[in-house]
Amino acid sequence: MARYITKRLILLLPVVFGVATLVFFLIHLIPGDPIEVMLGETAMPSAKEELRKALGLDKGLAEQYLTFLKNTASGDLGRSLHTNKPVLSAVIERYPATLELTITALVISILISIPAGIISAVKKNSFVDRLTMLSAMFGVSIPNFWLGPLLIMLFSVQLGLLPVAGRESIYHLILPALTLGMGMAAILSRMTRASMLEVLNKEYITAAKAKGLSNFAVIVKHGLSNALIPVVTIIGLQFGALLSGAVITETIFSWPGIGRLMIQAINTRDYPLVQGCILIIALSYVLINLLTDILYAYIDPRIRYE
Amino acid sequence: MNSRNFKFLIPNSKSIFAGALIILLLITTALIAPLISPYDPSEQNLFEGLKEPGSKHILGQDRLGRDILSRIIYGSRVSLQVGIMAVGISLIIGLIIGSASGYFGGFIDNLFMRIADILLAFPGILLAIGITAVLGPSLTNVILALSIISWVGYARLIRGQILSAREYEYVSAARAIGAGDFRIITKHILPNIIAPVLVQASFGMAGAITAEAGLSFLGLGTQPPTPSWGSMLNEGRNYLLVAPHLTIFPGIAIMIVVIAFNFLGDSLRDMWDVKER
Repeated sequence: MARYITKRLILLLPVVFGVATLVFFLIHLIPGDPIEVMLGETAMPSAKEELRKALGLDKGLAEQYLTFLKNTASGDLGRSLHTNKPVLSAVIERYPATLELTITALVISILISIPAGIISAVKKNSFVDRLTMLSAMFGVSIPNFWLGPLLIMLFSVQLGLLPVAGRESIYHLILPALTLGMGMAAILSRMTRASMLEVLNKEYITAAKAKGLSNFAVIVKHGLSNALIPVVTIIGLQFGALLSGAVITETIFSWPGIGRLMIQAINTRDYPLVQGCILIIALSYVLINLLTDILYAYIDPRIRYE
Repeated sequence: MNSRNFKFLIPNSKSIFAGALIILLLITTALIAPLISPYDPSEQNLFEGLKEPGSKHILGQDRLGRDILSRIIYGSRVSLQVGIMAVGISLIIGLIIGSASGYFGGFIDNLFMRIADILLAFPGILLAIGITAVLGPSLTNVILALSIISWVGYARLIRGQILSAREYEYVSAARAIGAGDFRIITKHILPNIIAPVLVQASFGMAGAITAEAGLSFLGLGTQPPTPSWGSMLNEGRNYLLVAPHLTIFPGIAIMIVVIAFNFLGDSLRDMWDVKER
């Protein structure tokens, strides 16, 4: 196992390097003079020069790139143009809120999808199955930037049950987490159903039934434990979708996480902060994928020997 | 490859027709928008701002008194344009790079796989948000950004398909009678792997339309006064309490179209028995 993890970590290095490179070049995609875009055309020439120097944009591209890599490796992501705060600490400050939102969304989606997927598979082609799969189709197709406002209209405006925005209490978490988790719940329930159907056709299930085990024991002990293996990978991959979806969800609900910070930074043209947010979200995603792979290898030892 | 071999592409189930019918309706709406639209989508009437649905304006009016139905009708043009362009561009790039990578292997393949790893490290539309943020909000930049993030999916799919197709006897047979690489790829392999590509393109349309609306919702996509479903939702956000119709109707439009493409993709996948990756 240790060898597998080391191998995976080594394979990760070029990806991290590539991600940093892409994020570096992002700022150079700005059409025209980036300094003018950030400060506006009417800014004082001295202010422009000062910022140009501070961002290192007065140096050659190769030198800028090397400095960026060196600084990033040591955790220095530059400073925010507006607050002058180090970008890394601004992002880390918002990290817990994003983590809280995404993990809650993940838990909600697992709690909905796995039972739904199992029931659908066991009662294949029944009314319940069709209803679940139809709901899943809606869940996959409903964009979170529409679901969020709909939930606000229903639960906050009409029923007055839940708060509209902010992060003051646990009640504030419910609507954003539901909004974010619904798409994932839909995907996971389809996956669980498909995976469960495949497993239920296996001979060891017939054997378990023939032994006279109860339906429940067959489904849970023999079926579910095997069917969940591919679902774990999808959960890992989909967690990335949650991180990206959080950008929109946080904006709708004024949830003070990295996603909202990034959109605020975009609106104020605070590009070092935008770069920092993108870099940290991408690196989190890479790390989650690594953890999923390790978990998968742990559950299914065959993977390690491939 | 003659036309007879494409028979398997002909739809044979009702569900495909349901999806295709809605898509056809969307295309028609976009094409004849000026003919069916009851009002000019940019025509303002400030005295009737935020007016609820009624007999004159059946889906109501927005903040500037513009007719919501007309804006939804015209908005279909943006969605369709982004969907077709983003999927088309990524498909072409994916086809070229995926074919070369899968067929020739070696250095080209290694290089492609490393680039793919890097692009796939950015989840969802994160990179597209970054690209449109620096390039500036516009429809062209949205299409560009979505193409940059989506070609990898097609390239990986095509690469995988070609890797397995390469081993089949019909490829060896073509090579034996002296067919060149280009001919083998375009005439023999690609027609045989078209089914999974079309399935992915259908899901890709749904993804691109959602992504455009998402970017416009964040203010990074289509700019006013061009009507787009996403930017209509963005405007509606501030009036959830007093004018929910601003949010409800554009959302329904997005949802119906996205379901249609997902439905089509699902049905085609089942019909052609395409394995999920």
